[in-house]
Amino acid sequence: MDSVLKTKGLYEHFLRKGKLNTRTTHYCAGCGHGIVHKLIGEAMVELGIQDQTIFISPVGCVVFGYYYMDCGNIQVAHGRAPAVGTGISRTLKDKVVISYQGDGDLAAIGFNSTFQAANRGENIAVFFINNAIYGMTGGQMAPTTLIGQKTTTSPWGRDPLTAGYPVHVCEILNQLKAPIYIERVSVADSSRIVKARHAIRKALQIQRDRKGYSFVEIIAPCPTNTKGSSLDAMRFCIEQMEKEYPLGCLRDRSAESLSYPPHPQRINAHDFFPLMSDNIENSLISTPEACPIRRFKFSGFGGQGILSLGLIVAKAAQSQGKFVSWLPSYGPEQRGGAAACSVIISDKNIGSPLVNTPDILVTMNQPSYERFAPSIAENGTIIYDSHIPNKISIPSKSGIRQISFPAMELANQHQSPKSANTALLGAITELRLIPVHKEVVIAFLKQSFKSKKNLVEKNLEIFHAASQWVKEHNL
Amino acid sequence: MNLFVKGNDAIIIGALYAGCEAYFGYPITPASEIAHSAAKWFPETGRVFLQAECETNSINMVYGAAASGKLSMTASSGPGISLMQEGISYLVGAQLPAVIVNIMRTGPGLGNVGPEQGDYNQSVKGAGHGNSHNIVLAPGSIQEMCDFTIHAFSLAVKYRNPAIILADGVLGQMMEPLHLPESETPQPDTKSWALHGDAQTRNNLITSIILEPEDQEEFNIFLQKKYANMQCEAMAESWLTEDADIILTGYGISGRIAKTAVEELRSENIKAGFFRPQTLYPFPTEQLHKAVSPKTKILVVELSNGQYRDDLQFHLNNSSIPIYLTNRMGGMLVDVKSILEKAKKIIDAN
Repeated sequence: MDSVLKTKGLYEHFLRKGKLNTRTTHYCAGCGHGIVHKLIGEAMVELGIQDQTIFISPVGCVVFGYYYMDCGNIQVAHGRAPAVGTGISRTLKDKVVISYQGDGDLAAIGFNSTFQAANRGENIAVFFINNAIYGMTGGQMAPTTLIGQKTTTSPWGRDPLTAGYPVHVCEILNQLKAPIYIERVSVADSSRIVKARHAIRKALQIQRDRKGYSFVEIIAPCPTNTKGSSLDAMRFCIEQMEKEYPLGCLRDRSAESLSYPPHPQRINAHDFFPLMSDNIENSLISTPEACPIRRFKFSGFGGQGILSLGLIVAKAAQSQGKFVSWLPSYGPEQRGGAAACSVIISDKNIGSPLVNTPDILVTMNQPSYERFAPSIAENGTIIYDSHIPNKISIPSKSGIRQISFPAMELANQHQSPKSANTALLGAITELRLIPVHKEVVIAFLKQSFKSKKNLVEKNLEIFHAASQWVKEHNL
Repeated sequence: MNLFVKGNDAIIIGALYAGCEAYFGYPITPASEIAHSAAKWFPETGRVFLQAECETNSINMVYGAAASGKLSMTASSGPGISLMQEGISYLVGAQLPAVIVNIMRTGPGLGNVGPEQGDYNQSVKGAGHGNSHNIVLAPGSIQEMCDFTIHAFSLAVKYRNPAIILADGVLGQMMEPLHLPESETPQPDTKSWALHGDAQTRNNLITSIILEPEDQEEFNIFLQKKYANMQCEAMAESWLTEDADIILTGYGISGRIAKTAVEELRSENIKAGFFRPQTLYPFPTEQLHKAVSPKTKILVVELSNGQYRDDLQFHLNNSSIPIYLTNRMGGMLVDVKSILEKAKKIIDAN
């Protein structure tokens, strides 16, 4: 007697129904799940993968799959088994992941999870129990319910005009390139069970060998919800479901030798990020000028290099031990192709990174000039490109210095119209508006062209030409 | 060793120093740079990056990776976090550690991509359905974006509970110097509960279904105790509160703006103090009570309809301390000037 009851890969006692009755499952009489569980358990043990296997219990009748499967077990949200399986399979690289799902779980709420995991070719074996109906929630219509089939939510039979047509999951997945193995089997009678056994084993073998995604659809009886005897349910599977869902293998690439790239080498963060720091020569680190707090606003059109101009200033100050913040225009400030960024340099911790009243305003077009010039702080400096046609006066504040500077003209003279921002950098450096030495600014200007070395020389020329211009004009 | 980086980059730097092994996420502004950095640096350091098909699936991938005993994370912004709430509740129920970053944008609905702090209640009051809570950390600088991410992983592991980094678009987008941590945190020992796919962990079970009402109640009582035990992790920054007549308070970017206002008020000889919660759950109740006295007035600065203000009121046991609010919404920022005006008005009203 014991040897008949002895199953492989399943627990000896099922505690789902308490400690008094440990040999009865929670499945109904005539249900297909028990057979499939047994086939999976057996294959798991015979392939020697029981310790390596993680079985995902879905939402539905198999929500309690973990009471049966003697392996690692996890229960997951409705429809999400392929996503959870992805998370497991990607982080535990040499293990076997089984996603066991019903038709509502897999083909309705979780269809996109199913489809995307299949399309990525995740290393998971999906066993899809198709019984054409929702079981646990009480016999509702599933995506796989047959046309005309009566369920609790299609009481007059499934009408394709309002409820669509039965979904053929194997055929849909067969449109994708990545899956290795797709087969539809049945457990409605013993000859079919033999074939199902073979398919389940193959799907798990593929996992053991890390060959990729395997999908087995299993047509299974649900006598409780298809209403009738166990025999009626078996007949329904064979005579009606198989007409809609023909059995057979749609794809098998398991014999091909598939090779995967080796796992990349794991590197510790402390061996990685320090290499990214901006290396400037030690000789450039010096005692910079004292700087209570200096607020910059850089502004212009998108594409004029406004953000990188601000960034070079910020990084140069940062390298000298200053407190620095850089904030790009954000939210309502960023409109109509305008670009702006705020930079604060200070000897003290910086609170708000926003610059509402800049001490230094650098502006490259008329709209930003008009927008920000009135907000300039007392004793502030506005440096604007000379091509800006309409200068405005700011009468209410004292000590405002406005400088018209030919940034674009200088850049054009050097055949590099995109480098007007570099010209402005040269000018504000020469004007000593940045509290660091010129050499430091130059070092960071060079560094900003790290990936475009051919532009370095040209930009240095423009930087120096700008400095020269400032000197010549006695500013 | 310093780097000059965006807040969104600092999150990933922190995650890698924390020993995070996997990032799963779906793009959304203004959190996308987190995914961009993760897409570069996770594979470059031999870890897993995967762009998920939606936020529902990214949080479930996190659930799978966490069940494997690996540190994992995702990041998003309001609408995406809403989609993750079922999964977050499952993480709480199955007691799995993970870190979720919310770079808040405006709402409700699609809103816009500007900075707001309107997800306070969502993150702090409800992780998802059921009796669930997140650990919630609120960084206020680029350094804290990194350090709090590391801390979030350590708390998530310690309490086997998801932790949220609640930040906003400004902190995500701005750059500041980041002092790199000394070394990467060693991997946690998870074999007592996780699934490693080996003989030792074969009998471990990850689940959140508890069918018997008595057992479910017992678990919920256990969870409440766990939340109560977290109280010792509460953190806050208090500054110049001892003699303060008025305390300005806010978290994240609002906190920084409020702090600048406090400096200005002090320079005008107004006794202003500053209080910034660094953890929102657990809330730094003790620190708050220490910072205020019965005669203090409180001015809250926040980018929402007063969600933090309401919580502050709650943590002050609805005391008679007057609490005022300076707020903006919709992507607008509170400026220092309007805080100063309001603060002076409150003081003058005395």
